[in-house]
Amino acid sequence: MAEADPTDADASTTGPVIAVQGLTRRFGDFTAVDAISFDVAAGEVFGFLGANGAGKTTAIKMLIGLLRPTEGDARVAGCDVRTDPEGVRRRIGYMSQRFSLYEDLTARENITLYGGIYGLKDAEIRARGDALLDELRLRDQADELVGALPLGWKQKLALSVALLHRPAVVFLDEPTGGVDPVTRRRFWELIYAAASRGTTVFVTTHYMDEAEYCDRISIMVDGRIAAMGTPAGLKESHGVPSLDELFVRLARGTGAA
Amino acid sequence: MTPLPVEVCDVGKRFDDTVALADVSIEVHPAELYGLVGPDGAGKTTLFRILTTLLVPDAGSASVLGLDVVRDLWAIRSRVGYMPGRFSLYGDLSVEENLRFFASVFGTTLEEGYDIIAPIYRQIEPFRDRRAGALSGGMKQKLALSCALVHRPDILFLDEPTTGVDAVSRREFWNLLDELKASGITIVVSTPYMDEATRCDRVALIQQGRVLAIDAPQAIGRLFPRPLYSVRAGRRAALIGALHEYEHTASAFPFGETVHFSDARASLPAATIEHDLRAFLATRGIDDARMASIPAGVEDAFMELMGETAGVA
Repeated sequence: MAEADPTDADASTTGPVIAVQGLTRRFGDFTAVDAISFDVAAGEVFGFLGANGAGKTTAIKMLIGLLRPTEGDARVAGCDVRTDPEGVRRRIGYMSQRFSLYEDLTARENITLYGGIYGLKDAEIRARGDALLDELRLRDQADELVGALPLGWKQKLALSVALLHRPAVVFLDEPTGGVDPVTRRRFWELIYAAASRGTTVFVTTHYMDEAEYCDRISIMVDGRIAAMGTPAGLKESHGVPSLDELFVRLARGTGAA
Repeated sequence: MTPLPVEVCDVGKRFDDTVALADVSIEVHPAELYGLVGPDGAGKTTLFRILTTLLVPDAGSASVLGLDVVRDLWAIRSRVGYMPGRFSLYGDLSVEENLRFFASVFGTTLEEGYDIIAPIYRQIEPFRDRRAGALSGGMKQKLALSCALVHRPDILFLDEPTTGVDAVSRREFWNLLDELKASGITIVVSTPYMDEATRCDRVALIQQGRVLAIDAPQAIGRLFPRPLYSVRAGRRAALIGALHEYEHTASAFPFGETVHFSDARASLPAATIEHDLRAFLATRGIDDARMASIPAGVEDAFMELMGETAGVA
């Protein structure tokens, strides 16, 4: 993890790593995601915000190739989510608070399992796994069950495992929920480190101070992107002192329960 | 003398080798909105389970409304309202059926409890025939609070009611708690969100089964032992990296768009600290840093106290 080599999967270094145009998903007569468009550049930390029920999860499922769009296009790491969802899934990493590691496997077994799933060779898995355990200072706990590790370590390990195959993009769905404030910040240092190596980071969070750590954010309201830009630019253009204020103003404007 | 709503004295609880609570002592005053603030694994849920008589402590004693949590469990159960952290409603029952069920368990009716739950229940009443499992997160939360309130308890225990809920719904939920508090009910609420501490009258900061501090949220910040500064610069990642390397750094943590920094040479005047810091940052190619003196908040104090007791890895 410490070496500064580029991501394996990112062959096309020109152009955005995520390119979304008019992406829409309907369930019956309900439009969960309503013609959203945006680009995310290589190495960018992009915060994807929105109230519960605004359509974030549906949008992410389309971007990681788990849900077919009703209309519109999205290319992720050079692959079309509609025609090549397999290609998308090979080139991305994914981590959420709820689903990440197998608790009844050890740290090293989780690394081996995920490395295998992502098609790494045994030697690569060993080398990258050792480097990762050293970087996280988890060597001594490598053979303990993940379920026995403190939550903060689990989450750091989960992020590293999601990055093991050096994906072009990593999707992080509320990665820091419930962890203590120091661990939460350490986690963001890992995010920065990944981004500085060229990995694009697509992250959701309910912590508005974390939204400030993103290069750019978007705020979804009722299936549409209601605001998008840099944290500083958005505060200035909306005349609000904090992103929290902007979020409340945009989300409450619709009277969402 | 009226007993305190909650008195916890040196309570300990372990599960096998894991210490869930160690020597925890708190007192909650009548009509207080009292917060237990700490991350997952701090012991908040274990404490709630002891106070609601669902777990027996290994050591120490605890009373609720003057009743002992071990000896007087049945008396306590009818007088407390408890909203557990996990979704506690029956997903296959409708909103109204859930409320009627919880009322009947406590030998009362929805009609008898209506006025106390009205400010909250009215917001979800239009959906009273909807299955609870089909509600949005914010609505589930309001239904769970209504169910915990319908039997007119003397004290409410709310375990992480706002976890996983977006910033808007969180704010609205705390506004509801303010209204409830005004009606005179005592509320003990837990949260992993440090910013929510400021909505409480008093808070106990909890980490790894231990109480780090207890005070009014405004006073907690004063436990931070050094002058605190906010530092900002255009290249924030570089700034954070540089502050970690600076020999005089006592603490440096990103806070939104700034970094909260304290200098180990705490007694030096701010001007000297700023001068030295700017000189150092310039050697790292950061020449636009600005520093301002700020009061420490709950999160600053929490991280400082956590480091002292836990030796953060």
